[in-house]
Amino acid sequence: MRSLPSTLIALGLLALLAVPFFPQLVYSVFVMKTLCFVLFACAFNLLLGHTGILSFGHAAFFGTGAYVTGLLIKTYGIPTELGILAGGLVAAMLGTLVGALAIRRSGIYLAMITLALSQLVYFFFLQAPFTGAEDGLQRIPRGTFLGLIDLGNNTALYYVVVGIVGTGLWLIWRTVNSPFGHVLRAIREHEPRAISLGYPVARYKVLVFTLSAGLSGIAGSLKAIIFQLAALHDVHWHTSGDVILMTLLGGMSTVFGPAVGAALVSSLNHYLDPFGAWVTVITGLVFMTCVLTFRQGVVGQLSQALRSRRSSTPAAKVDSRPRTHHQ
Amino acid sequence: MDIFGIPIQALLGQLMLGIVNGSFYAVLSLGLAIIFGVLKIVNFAHGAFFMLGAFTAFLLAQYMGAGYWLTLAVAPLAVALFGMLFEFLFLRRLYGLDPIYGLLLTFSLVLVLEGGFRVAFGSSGQPFATPELLRGTLNLGFMVLPLYRGFVIVSALLLCLATWFIIERTPLGASLRAATERSELTQAFGINVPRLVTLTYGVGVGLAAFAGVLAAPIFHVNPSMGSSLVIIIFAVVVIGGLGSIMGAIVTGLGLGVVEGLTRVFYSEFSSTIVFLVMVLVLLLRPAGLFGREEG
Amino acid sequence: MPATNSLKTLVVSSTVLGLGGLSHAMASEGYTDDVVRIGVLTDMSGIYTDLSGEAALEAVRMAVEDFGGEVNGVPIEVIHGDHRNRADTGASRAREWYDSEGVDMINDLSNSGVALAVAAVADEQKRHAIVNSSSNIGLTNDYCSPYVTHYTYDAHSLAHGTGKSIVEDGGDTWFFLTVDFAFGIGLEEQVSEVVREAGGQVVGAARHPLDTTDFSSYALQAQASGAEIIGIASTGADAINAINALAEFGVTPEQRPAALLLWYDDIVSLGLETAQGLMLTNAFYWDANDETREFSQRFYERTGRMPNMAHAGNYSSTMHYLNAIEAAGSDDPDAVSETMRELEINDFFASGGYIRPNGRMVHDQYLWEVKAPAESEYDYDFLRLVTTIPGEEAFQPLEESTCHLLDND
Repeated sequence: MRSLPSTLIALGLLALLAVPFFPQLVYSVFVMKTLCFVLFACAFNLLLGHTGILSFGHAAFFGTGAYVTGLLIKTYGIPTELGILAGGLVAAMLGTLVGALAIRRSGIYLAMITLALSQLVYFFFLQAPFTGAEDGLQRIPRGTFLGLIDLGNNTALYYVVVGIVGTGLWLIWRTVNSPFGHVLRAIREHEPRAISLGYPVARYKVLVFTLSAGLSGIAGSLKAIIFQLAALHDVHWHTSGDVILMTLLGGMSTVFGPAVGAALVSSLNHYLDPFGAWVTVITGLVFMTCVLTFRQGVVGQLSQALRSRRSSTPAAKVDSRPRTHHQ
Repeated sequence: MDIFGIPIQALLGQLMLGIVNGSFYAVLSLGLAIIFGVLKIVNFAHGAFFMLGAFTAFLLAQYMGAGYWLTLAVAPLAVALFGMLFEFLFLRRLYGLDPIYGLLLTFSLVLVLEGGFRVAFGSSGQPFATPELLRGTLNLGFMVLPLYRGFVIVSALLLCLATWFIIERTPLGASLRAATERSELTQAFGINVPRLVTLTYGVGVGLAAFAGVLAAPIFHVNPSMGSSLVIIIFAVVVIGGLGSIMGAIVTGLGLGVVEGLTRVFYSEFSSTIVFLVMVLVLLLRPAGLFGREEG
Repeated sequence: MPATNSLKTLVVSSTVLGLGGLSHAMASEGYTDDVVRIGVLTDMSGIYTDLSGEAALEAVRMAVEDFGGEVNGVPIEVIHGDHRNRADTGASRAREWYDSEGVDMINDLSNSGVALAVAAVADEQKRHAIVNSSSNIGLTNDYCSPYVTHYTYDAHSLAHGTGKSIVEDGGDTWFFLTVDFAFGIGLEEQVSEVVREAGGQVVGAARHPLDTTDFSSYALQAQASGAEIIGIASTGADAINAINALAEFGVTPEQRPAALLLWYDDIVSLGLETAQGLMLTNAFYWDANDETREFSQRFYERTGRMPNMAHAGNYSSTMHYLNAIEAAGSDDPDAVSETMRELEINDFFASGGYIRPNGRMVHDQYLWEVKAPAESEYDYDFLRLVTTIPGEEAFQPLEESTCHLLDND
């Protein structure tokens, strides 16, 4: 069991590292953008898949990261790496605040509180003078990384992005597989029991909210550096919807399923252009098919298929799909 | 007499307009609340069905020469049938799963519907005439209200009350409520629950479409007319209290008024105020204004 | 286990490699100098599809065909993309086109966030971008570039066209219904300035969120203001809903509405009954003269619709770009940029038009009034010319531009 995922990850990493050498095959800026969404979706899934909390306002963190980084680098000339860090930090602080309010409720009520708060954040960025409203915060300089690597060069930037996203994903993987992660799963499966076992559930939830928001913010910061702009769409509720979509399509029961979902969604956005006006319809049909056939997401379904091939004992068919709790 | 620098007469006028706007919210959120109550599904396609109602009315008028009154009756029925077909073919496969899957499926339907209409009819929309009979104005003393807006209030309220009556006061409504609370037991009493569920979805969708037809003469008929509405309607239902029929109606009207007043005092914030209200309500009254506290 | 290997390949290839390979097989390889490649980057599937969309692509294709399909023996190719109204998607597509698909010029660029982002990429990559369907005046000011041309219209021409003419016509007091977005507020500010300079007075404004459907509250506010002119600083569905509400509440025609950014297509969807009497500035109208009618007829046969000013601008600007390549004898971006700014533009769209060093194409603008249903004699007979605004008056004086290519400091 163990070797297959790690082989896959190794192969994936290898393919990622090779991207800049095959510009005729795939465009590196597109891969960078996809990587931002990969980090965003995996960070989001810390809440949805691993803790059983549905947030419908994650764009607030993603967009805050983008705007904070953009503002600091463009207006105050802060070094790029500090800008990214600050983007993540401010998003994490916002995450603590939103989390502390939202976790006082659960299920759909929680989702609606996050949606509402993210709408307030959207309003703030729409009104704030530095964001340029719908024009966006444009021409953010990429600068240098650690004062050494010139990020104006796409290939250099690419490896920096791969490095940061990789670190983020590693952090997520570690979190999920740490004692902390086990408690989160206990909360997901049966919250009252986790409480009765003496875990400070509320504090755990706020913590995971903070972590998820911080990593989402870093994803947004990276996007601001790559495209040299932060736009209103980054904080719009459509982006919150997109990340839910990516996570579900990829499979929320797995650590890296959302990554596949993110790649799928951004590929649909990128490669359907030849269909002109029909793209929206086609995207909708693809999603519909996915919901109706791969209910556990692409990766979830694949790993289940694999498991049932390995052994046909009933135990292998136990449904490990997590469920968010609703009353 | 002035209130915050606004003459009281003007303020009364704005209140009236808030009620008109709230009537749309009431009909829409009523449909969403019914669907959520029975199917436990957040119907993300509610705004798209609103659009579908308006467009069906437009198509009936444009290509079949149907008069307004006929479209007001036929379009919601047609859209309801379409909704029931969608429920029967697809949505029911997701019952018993996490509600988030229903949300995702209905969201996909939005993409298909909005995208499809944009391909077929373009993005800029279609004119739709106000019915001859309702073209005048009504002098209310403090304001001159277009007759049609008055008609919107009256018909929306009547429809809401009728729906409330059917659910709360008739045998059909009783079995519906029973199916909501104890689905298997209701089935054991010989009531066809799946059919009841399909019917409920049809009613919810039909209400959305009815609001769409009502909106067609005053709001611009275009493929994205419902897309920004849907999250506001969510908020209305949650503020009212999930599962509370009366809550959805009253909150719809109330938020219409709140939004209307915001347009006077802090216009930029008017599409966000609903969410501020929602945060406050959920933090102070967890089950919404009219919802029962959970056990 | 044999299944494992195939699964590995499947997962890896579908995540990163597979889809990439698919698309590149369809596009052409790398940058080659023996093709002049034009990319039409527009909204193919969203709310602006009617303003540019597939018809914009068709306009560019028409220009290429009319030019003969090749320039100096080099074939011309047209490709297209959808920016989905997202600045990052637009910027990423533009970057990919310039970087690895050998696109020499990108046209259309609806949505001002997208236009600004693509202009930045064009400037960095030293390739051409021509903006036809966005109004952002930043393109010829802070964000100007030798490789960026702003062709059809801009916020300045709209404000000065509509604002000035109406004040001169006696419309002294103004109230604005403004969409709470940068372009709306920008338009409101510009028109306010024009109105005040011309001796008029701005009595108030209401700023509504984007995608507002119910404008009744604003209609009452406009009514209460008592202003003679209601300036509508929004576009698309917002403007249409605003105009409808003003008519419904009897604000108009007593107080006159002035649409600051109304498209020909918006009038089609308003219908003449509601739209009659509206004043609007547009750079082009299909029924202006024999030349515009000839072009529009051909356009109509291909697309099933009459062209708006952006479509006409797409055609004219593509033609001008190709003429410049032909005259320069090269598709070198610098040479083409220079030639584009030297050659005069004389076609059905502009007479005596020229491009300033900051990228602004200067040509006459027109103030139109929407006809009453009784005045409309045939299909698509919608507008009546009120006055022609000479290009020099319509566009921002060069000395006011903050473009770094000028020595204005």
